[in-house]
Amino acid sequence: MTTFVEGTAPVTDNPPEGPRRGGRPGRAKRIVQYAVLIVLTILFLSPLIYMAVTSFKTQADAISPEPQWIPANPTTSAYDVMLGSDDTPVLRWAFNSVLAATAQALLVVATAALAAYALARMDFRGKRLIFGTIVATLFVPAVILIIPNYIIISEFAWLDSLTAVIVPGAASAFGVFFLRQFFTSLPEELEEAAYVDGAGPFRIFWSVVLPLSKPALATLALLAFLTNWNDFLWPLYVLFSAEQQTLPAGLATLQNANAVRYDLLMAGAMIAALPVLLLYLAAQRFVIEGVSRTGLKG
Amino acid sequence: MATVETLPTGQDTLQPVRREGGKRTSRYGGGWVPYLFLLPYLALFTTFVLVPIVLGIWISLHTWDFTLPRKPWAGLGNYKDLFDSSSVVGPDFIRAMKATAIFTVASVPLLVVIPLAVALLMNAKFPGRNLFRAVYFAPYVLGVAVIGVLWRYLLDNNVGLVNNYLGKIGLPDDIAWTTSTPAAWVALVGVTVWWTLGFNAVIYLAGLQDIAPELYEAAKIDGANGWQRFRNVTLPGLRPVLMFVVITTIIASANMFGQSYLITQGAPGNETRTAIYYIADTGLKNFDMGRAAAMSFVLTVCLLLLSAVVMLAFRERKPKGLAS
Repeated sequence: MTTFVEGTAPVTDNPPEGPRRGGRPGRAKRIVQYAVLIVLTILFLSPLIYMAVTSFKTQADAISPEPQWIPANPTTSAYDVMLGSDDTPVLRWAFNSVLAATAQALLVVATAALAAYALARMDFRGKRLIFGTIVATLFVPAVILIIPNYIIISEFAWLDSLTAVIVPGAASAFGVFFLRQFFTSLPEELEEAAYVDGAGPFRIFWSVVLPLSKPALATLALLAFLTNWNDFLWPLYVLFSAEQQTLPAGLATLQNANAVRYDLLMAGAMIAALPVLLLYLAAQRFVIEGVSRTGLKG
Repeated sequence: MATVETLPTGQDTLQPVRREGGKRTSRYGGGWVPYLFLLPYLALFTTFVLVPIVLGIWISLHTWDFTLPRKPWAGLGNYKDLFDSSSVVGPDFIRAMKATAIFTVASVPLLVVIPLAVALLMNAKFPGRNLFRAVYFAPYVLGVAVIGVLWRYLLDNNVGLVNNYLGKIGLPDDIAWTTSTPAAWVALVGVTVWWTLGFNAVIYLAGLQDIAPELYEAAKIDGANGWQRFRNVTLPGLRPVLMFVVITTIIASANMFGQSYLITQGAPGNETRTAIYYIADTGLKNFDMGRAAAMSFVLTVCLLLLSAVVMLAFRERKPKGLAS
């Protein structure tokens, strides 16, 4: 339990240091270590590279019995088809995905930060009950919400609209829990000083607490973005029309429509992978540190 | 925001610093201010978490066809149907639960052990460490749809890379990875390990770095060998993280959907159609929501029980006075 506070408190962006074990690992040991790591690297990278390579093949080369690591007839025809098709508007899907994931991330951070601050710093009736209920739902598997939430969003007339993949999932119990732990770990002195200067609660929250919490807010925003970006089941069933799909749901449509057109499928997968892959390349360390901190909530 | 009028007790304001364990005053907001802060979140939380849980129970007690106006009371009929082998859904539900069980039992141990081994391998400073870590984590950020479509291709029975390379090293090159069991299970588990290994490894790594190096030094001075240090320093220090990984992996595996939907489409003969896959099809495709809601409750109860067992298992053996 306490490890979480240590893990979250004033966030360091430095690369974590492993325990130094004596400092002489032995040459043979090191060679074996690198050998294993390199074999793993090949196992992890080669499928992704093959996806990229295949997206530049012709339909025939993509299903050639002999693997082609370099396309015999390099072509962008798969991309031309993908980008030019009205049935599979991938760019529209990419736009929908970016919009939905961004909107949900903002909604999660805004609502969770406000609630978490009240739970961290204020005293009020029902506080324990509210916090207890939120924490309890951390352990409730999401499967239980699928059917009733479908009925609820159909009542709101949100079926087949992006709202359906933005709003319901924004009720993040994890977000509240995560930020409450962070706010609790902040030193109170600055807030006290602002209070003495006559700042109201919202002012203190906005201009003292939030600026101090940027790393934690960014981490939560990123995790929420990735969760929404990769969500598959929910958009698959609540979005119907081609124009409304997100990338994951769209890819499934694409696969159903083009069973063995692997050139098209790999081009589609590449387009779906590209935005998040670029985000990952740009902020790789931040993404990993962010995810690794979720585990310390144990 | 008004309400600063509800002033806290005087002496607190004069000596603001260091009240050890003292009772917190409402200096940052009293009266209705906290509720105002909570309102947006609680509105979402009530509408899309609390109400659905209750509504779900209500639905499961009715014959609830989404497309029909009449939704007659069914009592426990839906639940009985699930375990009645002569009902429309009984055999399929049991088969789906079995599929989820098979996948969970096969994938969880691998997803707990292999990432730990990888994390241990990387738990030291060496050149290229961050690069390796970034590579192993990459599949996870791509999401299940991309990796599902990709592996459907690589595992293709005829033109897939996997069978091709198996043939090259003298193994059978005609395994039906996507249309026959147990090959399909090997494929689904393998892809899942490939996809999420990096995620668990990164969480382990963070946990390993929280273990004080002094503990290793002390163990070394006491003459403990590598295995003994792992057994007596690493594992106990990793206990909370290990529990977290085991529980989240069980829940993730029990909710496996995308891999099966994209790679095997539930084949052969719905053998790899998991519980959540069947629930979604029953409730959101065939709109038989009463039964689907009942199924999700059965699955949820199973998962909660399983999580409770894991937590107990981890708590019981906790040595007294364990620091951290």
